[in-house]
Amino acid sequence: MVGNADLFVNWARKSSLWYLLFATACCGIELMQAGASRYDMDRFGAVFRATPRQSDLMLVAGTITHKMADRVKRLYEQMPEPKYVIAMGSCANTGGPFYKDSYCVVKGVDLLIPVDVYIPGCPPRPEALIDGIMKLQKIIMQKKNFGAKA
Amino acid sequence: MEAQAIFDALKGKFGDAVVELQSEGFSPAFVVVAPAAVKEIARFLKDDPALSFDSLMCLSGVDYKEKFAVAYHLHSMKHRHAIGVKAFLPRENPSLPTVDDVWPAANFHEREAFDLFGIAFEGSKDLRRILLPEDWEGHPLRKDYKYPDFYHGIKV
Repeated sequence: MVGNADLFVNWARKSSLWYLLFATACCGIELMQAGASRYDMDRFGAVFRATPRQSDLMLVAGTITHKMADRVKRLYEQMPEPKYVIAMGSCANTGGPFYKDSYCVVKGVDLLIPVDVYIPGCPPRPEALIDGIMKLQKIIMQKKNFGAKA
Repeated sequence: MEAQAIFDALKGKFGDAVVELQSEGFSPAFVVVAPAAVKEIARFLKDDPALSFDSLMCLSGVDYKEKFAVAYHLHSMKHRHAIGVKAFLPRENPSLPTVDDVWPAANFHEREAFDLFGIAFEGSKDLRRILLPEDWEGHPLRKDYKYPDFYHGIKV
């Protein structure tokens, strides 16, 4: 019985992954492309929202600088639970081409906020982004929302 | 006007404040000037009808290790000619007069040079950091800049 409730809640959550419109570099162009009609992330229930208050998923698309870091954290904190993060592209994963000898780029967004799925690529193609979203949906389907807490 | 003619016009007007013409390997050629006279020279370059440099294409800072320089790239829409102006500054407390009342576009460029090289522009209407956070320490494009270990608790 509890399993069925989990299944239902997880299904509802994975089918409406509204993502925050948050693009800081060239990955944002791929993100727009993935959201537009040719790749159409709406098929998986992922549509963009212009405010963190209505978002379930933060797609960190692009380079995060130290100046931007405070804003990233604030946007993440403004999102309602349950919330998920996908780090899209090399910059958000590790700092990418700026890993060595950069004073201003954060070396991976996981230094700031918890990340669920990492998508490699510079920038990743829309197929890779959609694959990342489907991986996140698999993670969501395994969540246990009811029953005894450990 | 050719670079040599522009240089001669400046030399005739400002004398010793105009140091030399660097034409080898530079396009457009550079007129090296004394930093203190930058503002008067800029005003003359813009207002003189034969020169009328109405566009400041670029203002950049340069670190030569033993000294700094500020380079101005100028273009005239009217006469379709271009010239560079360069002023060398000492390593200690580099500063020179602002030109943001001659070309308003200079303000952002000067803020960038101030942000990344620590070159002060006296009399600027708004000299703040433009790219880095307000509380950043140091000027990263200087050759002797040491990277900080942490910024706001995040490893750099």
